[in-house]
Amino acid sequence: MAKDTNVKHHEPLFHVVKRDDMPSWQAWLVRFATIAISFVIIGFISMSLTGKSFGDTYELMISGVFGTLFKGGSTIMLWKYLQEIAVLLCLALALTPAFKMKFWNCGAEGQALMGGLAAIFCMIEFGGKLSEPVLICVIAVSSIVAGAIWGVIPAIFKALFNTNETLFTLMMNYIATQIIAYYVYIEGGGSNVINPVSYGNFPKVGNNDYFVNIVVVAGLIVLMYVYLKYSKQGYEISVVGESQNTARYIGINVKKVIIRTMVISGALCGVAGMLLVAGKDHSINTNLVGGQGFTAILMSWLGQFSPIVMTIMTALIVFLRIGVSKVADASLLNSSFSEIIVGFVILMVVGCEFFIHYSIKFRSKKEVKA
Amino acid sequence: MKKILAVALAALMLFAFAACGGDKTNTDVAPDDDFKVGFIFLHDEQSTYDKNFMDAAKAACDEMGVAYAQKTQIPESKDCYDAAVELIEVDGCDVIFADSFGHEAFLMDAAKQYPDVQFCHATGNQAHTAGLKNFHNAFASIYEGRYLAGVAAGLKLNEMIEAGTITAEEAKMGYVGAFTFAEVISGYTSFYLGAKSVCPSVTMDVKFTGSWYNEQLEKEAAEALIAGGCVLISQHADSMGAPTACENNNVPNVSYNGSTLAACPNTFIVSSRIDWTPYFKYMIECAQKGEEIATDWTGTIETGSVVLTDVNTAAAAEGTVEKLAEVKAQLLDGTVNVFDTANWTKGGETLTSYMADVDFDKNYAADTEVIEDGVFYESKHRSAPYFDLQIDGITLLDVNYG
Repeated sequence: MAKDTNVKHHEPLFHVVKRDDMPSWQAWLVRFATIAISFVIIGFISMSLTGKSFGDTYELMISGVFGTLFKGGSTIMLWKYLQEIAVLLCLALALTPAFKMKFWNCGAEGQALMGGLAAIFCMIEFGGKLSEPVLICVIAVSSIVAGAIWGVIPAIFKALFNTNETLFTLMMNYIATQIIAYYVYIEGGGSNVINPVSYGNFPKVGNNDYFVNIVVVAGLIVLMYVYLKYSKQGYEISVVGESQNTARYIGINVKKVIIRTMVISGALCGVAGMLLVAGKDHSINTNLVGGQGFTAILMSWLGQFSPIVMTIMTALIVFLRIGVSKVADASLLNSSFSEIIVGFVILMVVGCEFFIHYSIKFRSKKEVKA
Repeated sequence: MKKILAVALAALMLFAFAACGGDKTNTDVAPDDDFKVGFIFLHDEQSTYDKNFMDAAKAACDEMGVAYAQKTQIPESKDCYDAAVELIEVDGCDVIFADSFGHEAFLMDAAKQYPDVQFCHATGNQAHTAGLKNFHNAFASIYEGRYLAGVAAGLKLNEMIEAGTITAEEAKMGYVGAFTFAEVISGYTSFYLGAKSVCPSVTMDVKFTGSWYNEQLEKEAAEALIAGGCVLISQHADSMGAPTACENNNVPNVSYNGSTLAACPNTFIVSSRIDWTPYFKYMIECAQKGEEIATDWTGTIETGSVVLTDVNTAAAAEGTVEKLAEVKAQLLDGTVNVFDTANWTKGGETLTSYMADVDFDKNYAADTEVIEDGVFYESKHRSAPYFDLQIDGITLLDVNYG
């Protein structure tokens, strides 16, 4: 037989190669460049839709977030901005230990709702009967417990029967929503609305409604950072997340870690619910968390499970959400515009992670000839 | 993943459409002095409820030549208060309007904070007891519009009976409601009474979806009603669900909040809606002149707040237009009262007295006598509806309080 010279090695146009060699400063440069580029792109998108100039678009966006702050006006919008960051960040922080353990907690929404329910229940039932400081302590404890219970139920089933936690936590959201709907019906006398309760509200600091919320979450950032990075439990979470077998081998009680971590995750979600009820609305409805429990999943991932990075990413995304809404409202654009823009930026950031961890090798002509 | 994909596709489409934009009106440019109106909307123009307000806001402000700012997608929470504060502090608005029932308490908080700014709120019920000088409620006697729409429905039923398609006993209508609240009960009862005024044998089944906007549920509810023998459908919910189900099944439909003629050319009869333009103009005029805005304002047919769309002669019975004009005149001169107790019974008896929960309080107690001289006067003691009786002839297939 003749030599097999006719066989062509068909090499694809390009292939993807994993790379671990990008230094972290370079990776950060890529990330910042991506964000900068996305901001330029969204500026142009907004321009083409609204007919405003690039500068005006960004001026609107900044005035949407900070109000008249930079023109010597009030700080009221800045506090609102920080409050929005605080709640979303609180939920993202709550999810992080669970995610690090590769436990996909999609139930932040429901856990926060139950925390909120506990808070409003205490405000209505004990308001006026207990002194305010005592009442706020009762609210804090019951919200944390309620969120923890809602989080630990799926964890127990996961630990004992290996149920699918994604579905389980998701379904717990629907149950929580219905419980709130029922509670609102009872308390609202069929009107579907609970009027704000004046007891058990977090105190104003200065003229500021949200100061307490912001301080609480700022504290949580530090606590979570220390917990994940320096505590033994934080280390156990990492090991269980990497490999349950390794964890078992080195003598970690995996079931215990799963349950304990979900108690923490649920409890922090409960805190977010409390911040929303006692620190903001002083009332409740099924829309209390407003889907932020799901946005928080993205925030936790975008922050690469690091509380510091998460804070930066959350600040960025909330800036876009508020700022672009302002652009949309001022130009009579549909409000979905802001969601599209936020989605676009998230996509860009996720996309850049791909290029940080992988490189694309194109087919070179030399190889084809050889 | 799916969500991200959807977002990515949307972003791509945005690029594609980017070229078509570029010519939007800019509402930030004030045509005259610094008088400015701020609007707070629960959703955006994709909800027919909010679109109705948004169209009226634009019409009124354009006509009066005043600038306005709007904030959409504002939930019924402290966010409403924050939005009001932003509209005042940042945009410099002098009047604030919010369009959803649950906004009320939060708007009142803002009203206490800013006594020099006027606050107006649609569908609420607390202004007349709150004692705030700068907080006002408004609604319209939409039950009159629904009564007229009901007359059109009754005429259609009569036509079907005469044609032999159905017997007089089979004249059953279906109604898709959002929640079992007074606002919806008042609406479907007036619709039913309108139909009954021309077609005495009519009965009605009602189903509730538990949502103001849920296309799928509304469609399913309408289909279930049709399957249950209803030969005409009307609805009090904001999506195209029920009208679409009617068009698919060739069942006549009396719509709400605007014409559905384009999507349902064969089945759309007529639609009633509240036109908020007169109220907005009144509100702006008062605020500009520094006059007091009524604490509790009720729009009527007379003020132009309660309107019907054009009748679709392809689907409506013959003579509908003439009959509607006649009944409208009777409503205007007071010879016809929608909730005249002579025309309806509860448990087989005619009511002579009824205490309704008109004043807002914690106990939701019935506090006001609303039947006078044989008429249940809706929207007299406050603008928001309080008729919540289950009258004979209407069967609730389910209830939903949200």
